[in-house]
Amino acid sequence: MSDISYEVIVGLEIHVQLCTKTKMFCSCELSFGQEANARVCPVCLGMPGSLPVMNGQAVEYAMLAAMALNCEVAPFTKWDRKSYYYPDLPKNYQISQYDLPIGSHGYIEILLDDGQTKRIRILRAHLEEDAGKNLHTAGNFSQVDLNRAGTPLLEIVTEPDMNSPSQVRALAVELQRIMRYLGVSEGDMQKGHMRFEPNINLAITRPDGQFRTPIVEVKNLNSFRALERSVAYEVQRQLDQFLETGVTLQMGNKSTRGWNDQDEVTVLQREKEEAHDYRYFPDPDLVPVTTTPQRLDEIRSRLCELPLARQMRYVAEYGLSDYDAGVLTAERATADFFERALAAGGEPKRVCNLLTQVGLKLAKDRGGDLSVLGLDPVAVADLAKMVDAGTVSATAANAILESMVATGRSPAALAQELNLIQTSDAGELEGIVDQVLAENVQAVQDVVTESKKSKKARGFLLGQVIQKTKGQANPKVVSEILERKLK
Amino acid sequence: MTLTDLTAIELREAIATRRISSAEAVAETFAQIDRLEPTVGAFLSLFRDEAAARAGDVDRRIAASEPVGPLAGVPIAVKDVLCSTFGATTCGSRMLERFHSPYDATAIRKLLDADAVIVGKTNMDEFAMGSSTENSALGKTVNPWAPDRVPGGSSGGSAAAVAARLCPVALGSDTGGSIRQPASFCGVVGLKPTYGRVSRYGLIAYGSSLDQIGPFGRTVADAALLMNVIAGHDPADSTSVDENVAPVSDYLDGLDKPVEGLRIGVAPAFNAGAEPSVRAALDAALDVYRGAESQIVEIGMPHLDYAIAAYYVIATAEASSNLSRYDGVHYGYRTPDPADYVEVYTKSREEAFGQEVKRRIMLGTYALSSGYYDAYYLKALKVRNLIRGDFVQAFQKCDAIVMPVAPTTAFRIGEKVDDPLKMYLGDIYTISANLAGIPGISVPCGCDENGLPIGLQVLTPAFSEARLLRIARMYEAATDWHTKKPAMVQ
Repeated sequence: MSDISYEVIVGLEIHVQLCTKTKMFCSCELSFGQEANARVCPVCLGMPGSLPVMNGQAVEYAMLAAMALNCEVAPFTKWDRKSYYYPDLPKNYQISQYDLPIGSHGYIEILLDDGQTKRIRILRAHLEEDAGKNLHTAGNFSQVDLNRAGTPLLEIVTEPDMNSPSQVRALAVELQRIMRYLGVSEGDMQKGHMRFEPNINLAITRPDGQFRTPIVEVKNLNSFRALERSVAYEVQRQLDQFLETGVTLQMGNKSTRGWNDQDEVTVLQREKEEAHDYRYFPDPDLVPVTTTPQRLDEIRSRLCELPLARQMRYVAEYGLSDYDAGVLTAERATADFFERALAAGGEPKRVCNLLTQVGLKLAKDRGGDLSVLGLDPVAVADLAKMVDAGTVSATAANAILESMVATGRSPAALAQELNLIQTSDAGELEGIVDQVLAENVQAVQDVVTESKKSKKARGFLLGQVIQKTKGQANPKVVSEILERKLK
Repeated sequence: MTLTDLTAIELREAIATRRISSAEAVAETFAQIDRLEPTVGAFLSLFRDEAAARAGDVDRRIAASEPVGPLAGVPIAVKDVLCSTFGATTCGSRMLERFHSPYDATAIRKLLDADAVIVGKTNMDEFAMGSSTENSALGKTVNPWAPDRVPGGSSGGSAAAVAARLCPVALGSDTGGSIRQPASFCGVVGLKPTYGRVSRYGLIAYGSSLDQIGPFGRTVADAALLMNVIAGHDPADSTSVDENVAPVSDYLDGLDKPVEGLRIGVAPAFNAGAEPSVRAALDAALDVYRGAESQIVEIGMPHLDYAIAAYYVIATAEASSNLSRYDGVHYGYRTPDPADYVEVYTKSREEAFGQEVKRRIMLGTYALSSGYYDAYYLKALKVRNLIRGDFVQAFQKCDAIVMPVAPTTAFRIGEKVDDPLKMYLGDIYTISANLAGIPGISVPCGCDENGLPIGLQVLTPAFSEARLLRIARMYEAATDWHTKKPAMVQ
C-alpha cells in the first residue's frame, strides 16, 4: 500500500449569473423569490412566433469578465442553439455559444495555502440563457417555474489544472471575488448565482504502472463547502474503487454524480456518459455580434486591479499580514475604502485595524459592505492620524469610530465630546505621577528594589496614573515619566 | 360592379370620402363569404362581430373627422401563421388548434394601427409546410378557379380568399414560395419582401432565415399599399433591417411611373423546365416588356439547379429546431394520458403533428446531427452563398429577373400528396429568392388551356421593393390578366 501515490486532477465548470437588469433575450427583470411564473413574457416562455433580442449589457459584462480572466475576447461571435428536451427549457433548445465563445484561453491566479500563487488555465467563457426550474412538490405531477428562464449565465470552463480540494475551493472563491469586483455578478451563493460542476479523477502511480481513474462529474454544487467536500469525497472514493476493482479511465466510462449535502457523499446519477447530440447550429433569429477594437478598449478600460493582485500588494507594500490583506480585499468596497483612507494620509496598519476591528463588524451587523456605514474615508484617515499622534488611544479610536458611524460627526469633535483626548502634557502628568508615587510606597519599593514584583508594580503604578486622569493620560508619556522618576 | 370587386385602394377612398361606409364594406364582405366560403374554404376563423364593431368605430371616427390610418375600414384576412390575441392561432395544426396567443404579431399590430378590419384568419399548410394547403389539419381550401384544384400553398387560404373576392387583400408568409406560388395558382398578386423588410415577430417560425411576411392583393397597387403598412424595422426582431441601412419608402409613390432603360434578365435554360403554357405566358410577358422599351438580357444562374436541395436542408434543419417547442408541456396539444414526461413529448408530437411536418422535422434533425452537419447543413449553406452570388452577378447585368413562379398551373387536389418529392420540385422557381433573401412578386400573366391562371415572377435586388413594384406595375398596366375573375364570382 505504501508504494502507491496519486495526483488529484480537477477541472471546473462554473455557471455565473450576471447581474443585468433584464434577462438575456427579453426585457423581463431578473428575479429571485418571486411568485412562480410572475416574471415571464412570450419570449422567455418560448411562445410561438416570439423572437429573442440580445441584451447588450450581458455581452459587455461577459466581455469584461473574460478580460479579467485574461481571456482572448472574440471581436466576432454568434449565438447557437443547443437542442435537448427538458420541461424547464421552454423552447427545447438553449441559446448558447458553441464554436465562438466570448472568451477563450485565459487564466486565473489563485493563492495556495503556502502563500504561493498558481495559474489555473481557462479554456473558455461563453454566454448563455438559463433554464427554468422543475418543482416536484405537488402530488403526482411536476410543475415548472420559468422565472429563471432566460437569465444570463456566463459559463466558465477551466482546464484540469487543480490538484486538491483546497485548490478547487480557492479557485471558486477567487472567481467569486473577481466577479463581484467587476460588478458583473452579485455572486450570491444562496441565490444560486454561482453553480459549480467539478470533473475529478486521479493519476495513480504504482510499481506496476500509471493509472487514471474514470472521470466523475459532480453536478450542480452551489456552495464552496459542498464543492470542496465533494471533491475530497471523490478523491477517496475513486482511490478506494481503484484499489478494489482496478477500473481505469476508458472511452465512455465517465459518470455523473450528485452531491448529498446531508450525508456528505456523492451519489451516482448516470453510469455512462450519454452520447448527447445537441445538434448545435447558429440561431437564425439572432445576428452575429461584432465588437470594434475601440469598443473593446472602452470595455477594457473599466477593468480594475484584481483582488488577488491587490491583496498581495497590501502585504508587500504596506506590510499587512496575509490575513488582514485578505480581509480588506474580500470585497471591492472595503479595499476601495481602505485605499481612499490611505490617500488621505492614513497609516496603512492603523487604518487596517480600524476597518477590520470595527468598521467591518458594524457593516456586517447592518448586513452590507462598508458603504452602508456612510463613513468618509478621509475622516477615518483623520482618526488614524489622531492615534498616531497620540491624541487618542487605539482603544478610544475604536469607540470614536463607532460614534462616527452612529452620529456622522468628525473624529476630533467626538474625541472632545467623549473625553477621549489623551493628556500628553508632561508637566501636568508629572504632578499626578508624584502624587501616585507618594500614595503607593510599597509599590515604589518593589520597583526600586527590583524585587520579583517589580514588573507588576510598574504596571500597577501606570494604571493608577491612568485612572487618576480618567483614562486620558497617554500611557507612553506616563511610562517615560515613571521610568525617569523610579531610576 | 359590386363592393367586393373594389380594390383596397378604391375601398379606402370610398370609405374615407364616405361614399360608402366601412360597415357596408364589411357587411358585403361577409355576405360574399357566406355565399362562397362553403365552397372555397379559405378561412379557419372569422370575426364577424369584431369586424362589424371595428368598422363601426372607423365610420364614427371618419364622420367625426378624426384622423384614421391608411387602411381605415378596409377588410383584410391574415394567414393563421400570425399570432393574434383575438381568435385562435392554429398554424393549420392540431398541435395549436386551441392555442390562443397572449400577444399580437407586429404585422397584425400594424394592420390594426392602420385601422384595417381583420375579418378572419386563413387556412394554410400545417406550419407553412407545403405547396397546396392540403397539409392543413384543420380545413380544405380549393382553388376558386377550379374547385377540384389546389389553391397552392402554403398561404392557400389567403390567395383563395382574395381571388374569390372574400376580401380585397390579405397577408401571407413565404419561406420557399408560399406567397408567390398560391398567388400564381389563384390569379392574384403576391409579394415576398426582402428578408428583414417586414418584422417576423409573431410569425410562427418555419425556416427562420427564410420566412417573410408579405401581401396579397388583386393589383400591384394594393400590394404596395399593404407594404406601406407592414414594412419597417422592429426592435423585437433582430433580423429586421435598420432603416438607416435600408430606408422604407412610400411604395405607392411613383408606382405608375415606368422604369426607364429597364434591363430584364432571363435564364432560358433554367426556365425550360416549365410547362409549355407557362413558358408561352412568360415569352408573351417578355414581349410586353420589350414593348415598354425594356431590354431583355440573358443571364446564367448556374447554381439555381441546387436550390431545392439546399432549401430542403436549411428549411427543415431550422424547422426541426423551431418546432421542438411544441412538446405538450407548456401550451398546445398534450396527449391525454402520458405514462411519464417523456411520453408527454413523444405522444403529444406523434398525435398532433401531421405527416409532412414529421417528415421535415426528421429531415432537419438528421441534417443537424453530429457527423452529418458538415455534409448537409454546412454544405447547404455553401450552396446558398453560391446562389446569392448568382444573383449578385446577374444584377450587374440586369435590373430585374423574370421567370415563372411555378412550373405548372394549379394541380388537382390529391394529385401530389403521396409524392412529396414531386411536390418539392414544384418550388424550383420560388425557392432561390428566399435563399438569397431578395424580394419577388407574382403577377397574373395568362391562363393555360384549362383557363387556370399563370403567374409571372419578377425578382430584384434586396430592399428594392419600390422598384420591383414599379416593374410589376409596368406589366400590369399593359395587360388585363389581373382583371379576370374566376367563374364562381362572375
